[in-house]
Amino acid sequence: MLKIENLHVRVAGKEILKGLSLEVKAGEVHAIMGPNGAGKSTLGNVLSGREGYEVVEGSVIYQGKNLLELEPEERAAEGVFLAFQYPVEIPGVNNTYFLRSALNAQKKYRGEAEIDSMQFLKLVREKLSVLHLKDELLHRAVNEGFSGGEKKRNEIFQLALLEPKLAILDETDSGLDIDALKAVADGVNLMRSPERAFLVITHYQRLLDYIKPDIVHVLADGRIVESGGPELALELEAHGYSWVKDRVTP
Amino acid sequence: MTTLLESIQTAFADIAPSKAALDQAIATGLPDPRSEQWKYTSLRALSARRFAAPPATLATLDDATIQTVSAIPAPRIVFVNGIFDAANSTLSNLPDGLSIKTDVYFDKGIHFDNPHEIFAKLNAAVASQGLRINIEKNAAIDTCLHAVFVSVKAGQDLAIHFRHKIVLGENAKLNLVEHHVSQDPQQHLVNHLCEVSLAAGAELTHARIQQDDIGASHFLRTEASLLDKASYHRLDLELGAHLSRHDLQVNLLGDGATVNANGSLIAGGRRHVDTRLDIRHIAKNTSCNLFWRGLATERGRAVFHGGILIEKGADGAAAHLSNKNLLLSDNAEIDTQPVLVIHADEVTASHGATVGRLDAGHLFYLRARGIPETQAKAMLTHAFCKETLKVLASDELIDIVSPHLEKMLQTIEVTA
Repeated sequence: MLKIENLHVRVAGKEILKGLSLEVKAGEVHAIMGPNGAGKSTLGNVLSGREGYEVVEGSVIYQGKNLLELEPEERAAEGVFLAFQYPVEIPGVNNTYFLRSALNAQKKYRGEAEIDSMQFLKLVREKLSVLHLKDELLHRAVNEGFSGGEKKRNEIFQLALLEPKLAILDETDSGLDIDALKAVADGVNLMRSPERAFLVITHYQRLLDYIKPDIVHVLADGRIVESGGPELALELEAHGYSWVKDRVTP
Repeated sequence: MTTLLESIQTAFADIAPSKAALDQAIATGLPDPRSEQWKYTSLRALSARRFAAPPATLATLDDATIQTVSAIPAPRIVFVNGIFDAANSTLSNLPDGLSIKTDVYFDKGIHFDNPHEIFAKLNAAVASQGLRINIEKNAAIDTCLHAVFVSVKAGQDLAIHFRHKIVLGENAKLNLVEHHVSQDPQQHLVNHLCEVSLAAGAELTHARIQQDDIGASHFLRTEASLLDKASYHRLDLELGAHLSRHDLQVNLLGDGATVNANGSLIAGGRRHVDTRLDIRHIAKNTSCNLFWRGLATERGRAVFHGGILIEKGADGAAAHLSNKNLLLSDNAEIDTQPVLVIHADEVTASHGATVGRLDAGHLFYLRARGIPETQAKAMLTHAFCKETLKVLASDELIDIVSPHLEKMLQTIEVTA
């Protein structure tokens, strides 16, 4: 589904990703772990098309397409979803209106029929009940006045509604208490399917207790330096990131 | 003398209710372009134009306009080119306690002495019609009253003057919506003067949708006085006219009086939109919340002055002003000036003004969910301009006002 080869990315003139390669197949859950400053968030941002991330070398092929050539909205409509580390508050834009606009824009891009407000409301209720979310979130402006936990849950709610093929979770666990963390993980687990892949970016092993990855990668200094099964996350937790760094530096 | 004032003097010499006041106003002349009050709004083009007095006979409305006007709910009072149009108004069965008149009551107590108040001076001299609303003590009017001001093209460009007076007795309540529309493309000069007087405990919600033709010049001077615990909720949507200027003065004369005044200034095309607030805290524990949004695009220009004065002795005053602006084109201009003058103790005050582009983080968030860039920009722009509507407490009022703003915003090209 996703093939990243030798990706070099500069941010404000500084090289952050230095030859990252990664392959993700449909149905897989990959965890990307790494110390602060390793380039974890840069990976999420460059895949979703945020401005200011300059690809200087390498390629990203997503479902046979050159992902880097697509606008952010085209990537979304092609099925790439980024759950933001810091979801922004957008005053004045009603959450329901935003979600319906997003869903219909994606459908339009894919040549599917748009859905009317009644159908949309039905869909929303269905997703809310599955995720055990309160519908009051819908009546407010996008993320406005939401607690940290509510913002992250809203991201997962959007994930459930938009049903992407590749979901990138950028430190979705940061700032969450254990209950919110569990709720978010439950939501993600409900969305796991043989057609959908996840890239779970996290600093801590904690999230992986609830979202079981198939493959764990360690990202350090802009590259994947180690890949393995779920046991790698536990090893990291036990030894800390310095253990990896020692192994990277020749 | 300028052509503008000369033409007005000639046009109104025989019909002005007060010839002496007219001569005095004319003698004042137009304001000095360097004066503080007119620094950002040039009257040069206007000063070279000629205007005639409106004909005494009522102009007829075309079918499309009649349809537009009839869609506005009752009770409704309609004026066409400055003249009361009984046929299109619906004023039968007015609620108890509400009385409406259309002649002008001359209050000798009100004077405009400053040279920069020329339009108010002219108005005071020549206006012979307007909206006079009186709400009896303790009368809470549930239905919303609509005032409709229609401009119609005439053989000449007209100078149309309105003088309004809205008086609410103790604990009286009213919702009022003003619609300013144009039937045809025209270049009239419309000059409103509106006095608002709220007795103790009275509550007025007042929305004004200014959608005059893009050729028109539109002036308004509002002078409101609030007694103890009176509250004034006001919304101004400046959506039309080539040149518009609103001077909003609110005198918080009674303890605990409150004004919440919001507005959206939309300057597209070559439109010039100017609003000047002059909020005066005079009594104790008075408050103002002023929330203004400006948008300038193409060659438009939005000018905002947010003046708040807290007088000596007005202890416990709370004053808050926010003016945020979106500058969406390199050729557009925004001038904003918050001014807070405090002479009292124990006040809480805040003011802020910003001019910027759309937030890149907001834009990316919408696009990352699949919303195309143009649509995302429009969504953010609309949301920005609509935030002012929150001053209207009822959904009913928001539903009346909101479509006008949305429709106007759809014509705005978000290029940057």
